[in-house]
Amino acid sequence: MSFFSQAWAIVRKDLVTELRGASTIVSMVLLGLLVVLVFNFGVEPGTASASLARSGVLWSAFLFSGVIAVGRSFASEKEAGCMDGLLLCPVDRGVIYLGKLIGNLILVFATGLIILLFWTAIYNVGIGGAWFGLLLLLVLATIGMSTLGTLFAAVAAGVRARDALLTVFIFPLLIPLVIGAAHMSTMLLSGKTLGEAGMWPWILVVYDVVFLAVSFMVFDFVVED
Amino acid sequence: MGDRKSRMDLWVNVVGTVTFVLVMAGILLALLYAPTEKTLGDSQRIFYLHMPMAWIALGPGFTVVFALSIAYLVTGKMKFDRWASASAEIGVIFTTITLLTGSLWGKQEWGVYWDWEPRLTTTLVLWFIYVGYLLLRAIAGEGPRRARLSAVYGIVGWVDVPIVFLSIWLWRTLLHPKILSARGFAMDSRMILALMVCLVAITFLYLWLLMVRARTRTLESEISGLRAQLRRRNRRGGNQ
Repeated sequence: MSFFSQAWAIVRKDLVTELRGASTIVSMVLLGLLVVLVFNFGVEPGTASASLARSGVLWSAFLFSGVIAVGRSFASEKEAGCMDGLLLCPVDRGVIYLGKLIGNLILVFATGLIILLFWTAIYNVGIGGAWFGLLLLLVLATIGMSTLGTLFAAVAAGVRARDALLTVFIFPLLIPLVIGAAHMSTMLLSGKTLGEAGMWPWILVVYDVVFLAVSFMVFDFVVED
Repeated sequence: MGDRKSRMDLWVNVVGTVTFVLVMAGILLALLYAPTEKTLGDSQRIFYLHMPMAWIALGPGFTVVFALSIAYLVTGKMKFDRWASASAEIGVIFTTITLLTGSLWGKQEWGVYWDWEPRLTTTLVLWFIYVGYLLLRAIAGEGPRRARLSAVYGIVGWVDVPIVFLSIWLWRTLLHPKILSARGFAMDSRMILALMVCLVAITFLYLWLLMVRARTRTLESEISGLRAQLRRRNRRGGNQ
């Protein structure tokens, strides 16, 4: 089996488990939608402050639901006593990281898409020509979120930390991602294009690439025993 | 072993004495020698504490955690882990002082405790990262696993900080082109002298605290090693 087909085996196993149980996906989507809903009560709908706040709401909802997804990826192995089995597989540790990462990418992106659609509906956001840019942002944010999230989910599983602690570990690290995504989506919705965003898209790309590389390098140490 | 320990004690005392003298000199220079700033008045004197604290917290403090984390992962020697955790603890305290003095001064200068000024905001994010690091250590038990996991956090956190600063800086300058004016004031040569002495004093304070904490950590691990030995011996004694 090649590197990628080994990783794909892990992805398939995780996705099948998730789809059979579906509890993670349902709670992710619901939490995301609830965040969008609850934040709405903080601002007067239709005012200028509401339109400024809405980008922040979108990405907060995205982050909170993302944490659930990545947190499950190792906690469920731990609870079922399958962590040792996974680590005993005669594959490179990088394969395990990659497999878990791809599974999380799929879950986080799919949920993000649902949240995005709900958000456009409930805040009366006219996406218009911005949909391509928003999708691109969602992809970049998903990669960043899942990369660090998968790494720290393994850390948190190693110390039996609950989801709340995982949030405390990764939210400070995800701040550049949130600033970039919120700032650019505000831009896109006010009719500008990503081409006018200057360095911003590149900051997200650099963020994703840097942490993908760092995570691959240090993942071995996280699951060593 | 005993020789190394007494050498460490000697160093702690030497650095401690130098720190004491420098801190005293820094206080006198900052409060009495340096002239009062014309527009900001005496409140500007908090700068002599704020700026050195920020320098240690944002610069050496966290970089030491990063470098020692790599050193630990490469060599597996626990002493690197002990020194890294000592640096992070001091980093949290210094970052807290930076934030407190920064917002007190902000209240004087800008009329508000908090402004989303890039350096201040980055310091706040850094504070969260430091605290996350210590929280991870607090719940991870003891031994090599804690050392490995916290080293990973130390590395990832350090890599993150420049990106945090860049994005906050861009966010503030692009969204609100006119940020509150930076703390620019003409520095008298006596002010520069006071600031330099304070910088050196706080750097020594950091070094001294680092050594004290690392020594405590070493003693702690020696004690838990001895306890384990004692338990084993008692068990053997009980079986005979």
